[in-house]
Amino acid sequence: MSDEKEVSRRWVLVGIGVLLNGAVALLIATPIVGYLLGPVRKNGGYDSWIDLGDPEQFPVGETRLASFVNPQSAPWDGATAKAACWVRRTQEQKFQIFAINCAHLGCPVRWFPQSELFMCPCHGGVYYGDGSRAAGPPPRGLFEYPWKLQNGKLLIDGGQMPTLATSASVRKESSGCTG
Amino acid sequence: MHWLKRTYEWLDFRLKLGGPITEAVTHPVPRNTASWWYVFGSASFVLLMLQIVTGILLAIVYVPSAGEAWNSLQVLNQQLPLGWFLRAMHGWGSNFMVAVVLIHMAQVFLFGAYKFPRELTWILGVFLLLMTLGMAFTGQVMRFDQDAYWGLGIGASIVARVPFIGGPLVDLLLGGPIIAGPTLTRFFALHVFVIPGMMLVFAGLHIWMVIGLGINDWPMPGRVVRRSTYIQEYHELTKKDGIPFVPGAVWKDMVFSAAILFAVAACAMILGPFGPTGFPDPTIIQTVPKPDFFFLWIYTILSFLPENLETPFILIAPILGIGFLLALPFFAGEGEKSWHRRPIAVLSITFLAVAFAVCQHLGTYTPWSPQMQAWSGDTVPIRYVHNATPLGRQGQIVFQEKQCRNCHMLGGVGGERGPALDRVATRLTYDQLVRQVLQGGGNMPAYGKNLSPAEVTALVSFLETLHPEGQLPAHDASQQYISTGELDPRQ
Repeated sequence: MSDEKEVSRRWVLVGIGVLLNGAVALLIATPIVGYLLGPVRKNGGYDSWIDLGDPEQFPVGETRLASFVNPQSAPWDGATAKAACWVRRTQEQKFQIFAINCAHLGCPVRWFPQSELFMCPCHGGVYYGDGSRAAGPPPRGLFEYPWKLQNGKLLIDGGQMPTLATSASVRKESSGCTG
Repeated sequence: MHWLKRTYEWLDFRLKLGGPITEAVTHPVPRNTASWWYVFGSASFVLLMLQIVTGILLAIVYVPSAGEAWNSLQVLNQQLPLGWFLRAMHGWGSNFMVAVVLIHMAQVFLFGAYKFPRELTWILGVFLLLMTLGMAFTGQVMRFDQDAYWGLGIGASIVARVPFIGGPLVDLLLGGPIIAGPTLTRFFALHVFVIPGMMLVFAGLHIWMVIGLGINDWPMPGRVVRRSTYIQEYHELTKKDGIPFVPGAVWKDMVFSAAILFAVAACAMILGPFGPTGFPDPTIIQTVPKPDFFFLWIYTILSFLPENLETPFILIAPILGIGFLLALPFFAGEGEKSWHRRPIAVLSITFLAVAFAVCQHLGTYTPWSPQMQAWSGDTVPIRYVHNATPLGRQGQIVFQEKQCRNCHMLGGVGGERGPALDRVATRLTYDQLVRQVLQGGGNMPAYGKNLSPAEVTALVSFLETLHPEGQLPAHDASQQYISTGELDPRQ
């Protein structure tokens, strides 16, 4: 047996070793990728109907802050499991429910009932009482949640932080359904 | 001390590290590189070490849970002996590290050190800069206060603007549908495992290459870098006029690093830790989120971009910027190193430094943000109240009550989103004032729907009085003739 041949036999064994490890790595990597991509869901995949309580806490003609616990939350979320929204009741059976997040970069907008404006503390976005853009950098009006009245409760369809890419923003520019 | 020597010999017989280390630290460097300009790289590394040590000490107590992180920081700040000091050291160490890394980069750029054969050293350095900024951002998240919470919201809103995959990217960034527990844990993993691990490897390679290729020689006008001759020229230089790095140059690095560490400790001792600010409860909306110091310039840019340029700019500018930095050693890998012969390089650095300083300065007092409390908190200057008509005073009430003050200053107090109004009557006539109030425009909301005609009359009556003494309010000169009929051609 020549040296050359022995070397080549060893290299074949090394090759088999590499292949074996590659196969095992692939076997291990696949579930890891799946695990890492776990949080990704399609648009609206996180949304469900959320109870805001008795509609009578929102007087007609006013805009009030409401808060709710996000349906998707972990026990260690603490206060961050909560979310807030602005509820505007225009008529007895008609609501507009705005996300708290500015359409520009997500900061919490504040309602000023005297001037009937929403103002954002971050980059100065301003919205009118009906949620449409008044001034500043936001590319659109406030995000709106779809809502319905059911069994004497006001429900909104939400569960995900509204951004320009997520469901609450794109799906419901028009919003509003009575049920 | 004989036993010390014997212990060393026993260890080195087995470790075999003494030889390579001695060789590395005594390698010759050009004499003129033993300069105070060459101390920023080693200081960056020392700060990285400081951050790792203080970070581990904080991790002994810190709880990476959305529900408890803020409380554990309060325990560190208030209850554990010197917990506040460690937090302050870590926070100030972070600021110093970003600053020193940026200075290091500017110095290396001005000295042409990215040119052949140190292209890869520069590229690793660019990644180290990005990772340093990544550590600063993820570190802000660790504080998990209101600024961190809404900062994450801004991050998610930016990521959401990526075409097609924006939605999934937001889910990945937040680890779920909202900013909550899974968000903090993944940023914790990035901040304490992923990025620091990569930084150590990259910094190790970076230093390895500095030793292997030799420190960049002091740039001389006319000493041009050519791929064919540079290596030989450099070796001649170190042979002819070189000194061993230890002790020839290292003492300056040591003095500077000690000074920097002392400065970090002094800032920590005197100025204390950063936050945490308010409790991260998303239903508390009385908050004015602000990024940490080294991200203020981004805050400024995001406020001033026109709406239609915003998404393209946010998504394309970083790619162009990083791409430029990575490509730099390839299209400028040869030629002059001296700043005396590189006017564009000097101008670029000057421009960037000035732009950075201006944006940072604006970011500290955010003239674009409405002052949320101005309408109810700021007083109307007494000279406007004195001798005002009842209608004018009513207008002042409208002005305050309708939150005009949140965006408009009077007497130097109030928001700066819109122009200060102390001289507005000299700029706009009565009719123009009415139009501006009712229809808005120029980044002002229209108040037509929100003000009654009586309120508009009162408000504009007040605004009409806002002019300096001795300077008349603007008026439409044609009005007078129209009302008297003087210019009527029939007469």
